[in-house]
Amino acid sequence: MQGFLHQLLSGLANGGIYASVALALVMIYQATHLVNFAQGEMAMVSTYIAWAMLDAGFPYWAAFGLTLVFSFIGGAAIERIIIRPVERGPVLTIVIVFIGLLLILNSLAGWIFSYTVKSFPSPFPSTTWYGSKYMSSHEVGMIVVTLAVLTLVFLFFRFTPLGLAMRAAAQNPVSSRLVGIRVGWMLAFGWGLAGAIGSVAGMMAAPIVYLDPNMMSGIVLYGFAGALLGGIDNPWGAALGGFLVGVLENIAGAYVVGTELKLTVALVIIVGVLVFKPAGLFGRTLVARV
Amino acid sequence: MMATLNETPLAEPAAHAGRSPTMWQYAGITAILVIVCILPFAVSGYRVSQFSQVLIYAIAMLGLNILTGFNGQISLGQGAFYAIGAYTTAILLDKTGIPYWATVPIAGVICLAAGFLFGLPALRLEGLYLALATLALAVATPQILKCKGFDQWTGGVQGIQLDAPAAPFGLPLNPDRWIYYFCLIWTIALFVMARNLLRGRTGRAIIAIRDHPLAAETMGVDTALYKSLTFGVSAMYTGIAGALSALLSAYVSPDSFPVFLSIKFLVGSVVGGIASLSGVFLGALFIEFMPNFADQISKAAPDAIFGMFLIALMYLMPKGAIGVLDFIAVRCLGRKRGNGRGTRVSHRVVI
Repeated sequence: MQGFLHQLLSGLANGGIYASVALALVMIYQATHLVNFAQGEMAMVSTYIAWAMLDAGFPYWAAFGLTLVFSFIGGAAIERIIIRPVERGPVLTIVIVFIGLLLILNSLAGWIFSYTVKSFPSPFPSTTWYGSKYMSSHEVGMIVVTLAVLTLVFLFFRFTPLGLAMRAAAQNPVSSRLVGIRVGWMLAFGWGLAGAIGSVAGMMAAPIVYLDPNMMSGIVLYGFAGALLGGIDNPWGAALGGFLVGVLENIAGAYVVGTELKLTVALVIIVGVLVFKPAGLFGRTLVARV
Repeated sequence: MMATLNETPLAEPAAHAGRSPTMWQYAGITAILVIVCILPFAVSGYRVSQFSQVLIYAIAMLGLNILTGFNGQISLGQGAFYAIGAYTTAILLDKTGIPYWATVPIAGVICLAAGFLFGLPALRLEGLYLALATLALAVATPQILKCKGFDQWTGGVQGIQLDAPAAPFGLPLNPDRWIYYFCLIWTIALFVMARNLLRGRTGRAIIAIRDHPLAAETMGVDTALYKSLTFGVSAMYTGIAGALSALLSAYVSPDSFPVFLSIKFLVGSVVGGIASLSGVFLGALFIEFMPNFADQISKAAPDAIFGMFLIALMYLMPKGAIGVLDFIAVRCLGRKRGNGRGTRVSHRVVI
């Protein structure tokens, strides 16, 4: 029982990372109806930036904040420069551009920071009052950070004029433009938010999986699974989906399929959700009229 | 299926190229065939293996082009079928006494079945979601291959070592050259088969599903059947390529099939022209030889260049190298494409 509880809680902690990735995916999906295949690599590059700042002697939370700002700008820039020209193109074109972006970010990180695995510090010291034999303090910290991000995103969309404008632009671009919302910039903001939220996931994951250019390849798969499970057009659903996937993955890894087949769990969840409940648990079902 | 494959006339794809191929086309195709036949004697041993690898990539990309370029189903998971093909051959050679040449069609049939089965749930997925599901398949493949449950067959992390096949009938060829010709025979046969498949009634149905699924269905095309069959055929091509690659490298291991392999196929297809058949050869040359040059700059350079090519091509020439050649032929030589190129004309609409 104790073992099970341990698996459950550490699954929940991993789920926090997946929830952040899923939330980032939703930000872009809501704004542009695209699934960002390069989300993991964007987060990885952000984490390298944070590492470079920590290496240069910045205090952790200063580096954390600066990384968020940088990732926001980077995300928005990618939307403006790379995605904008193909936004209305066929799906195949968009998928190919995303894959190109993924390759470029991955290889640039390898080029600049080398492929050697680096360790990344956790902001939560290992001996604290909130660490216990069930959950390390970093795991507790991860969950808290994820919940904080969720809360901030909620407050932003619910109570700020910019959040309202972004929601409007996503829901009805034509009318939004008529009332003076700059829809193009709102999409770029969506990408910026996705970049920032993704960077949080990267910085929280790096102390566990270590920092290297491929660190996110597995995580982003769970993020996809979480977003799809919860419903990719619903931020809360996606975040909940991320937590669920974290728990499922850990329990299945420990008791059902063994740790070596954990990624297959993500594959099964992705295909299963897409086939049996494409809208996810909390998503809106879209009915196309022909 | 395989019987017809083996009986396909291997020489003179020109006869299939168009209804009335011109003398120039005959001459061009003959010249290319002569060049590829004497190639192994013109270059050193290592280069011969590289050219064999080019042919193998070309076969795999034929599969991807049929599926993605002609049928409109986006697959980022071809590496998984490549792995199934390679492992089928390796396991058959390792555990049974089946001769190596017979393992290739068996790998093809197994991948046909695997692709058809994966194609069934894929029917419900469109565009981005299919890309996502196949990407997940590609990411999970190495882990599945490493799985402890199968390691008495797959050899687990160590993989399987094989012997390089020797030339039959006492032909005076070393193994490198023989495997090159073996791949060449398969390439020509599969190329001709793809051509014939896409030129006929089936091909029109496949392309119609890409261009307008609803209209295709209204016209009586069994969309579900054709889509899953196309998935199967595509997997068969890629699986045969995988089987040949196992023979070429005489070794398979889970780490030979990373997600990057599937992405490499996509890069090659896009560079050559994803909705073309002959473009695969240009694409295959690109993905095999470009890293050789780029490696000298940095270990990361090949990937960076692959990525930049993907994005730049989408902006500048979405039809790939073949599209550019076509454009030059039409503009500069003032040549109109003949009627026999019917499918070619219709798939200019792509991407």
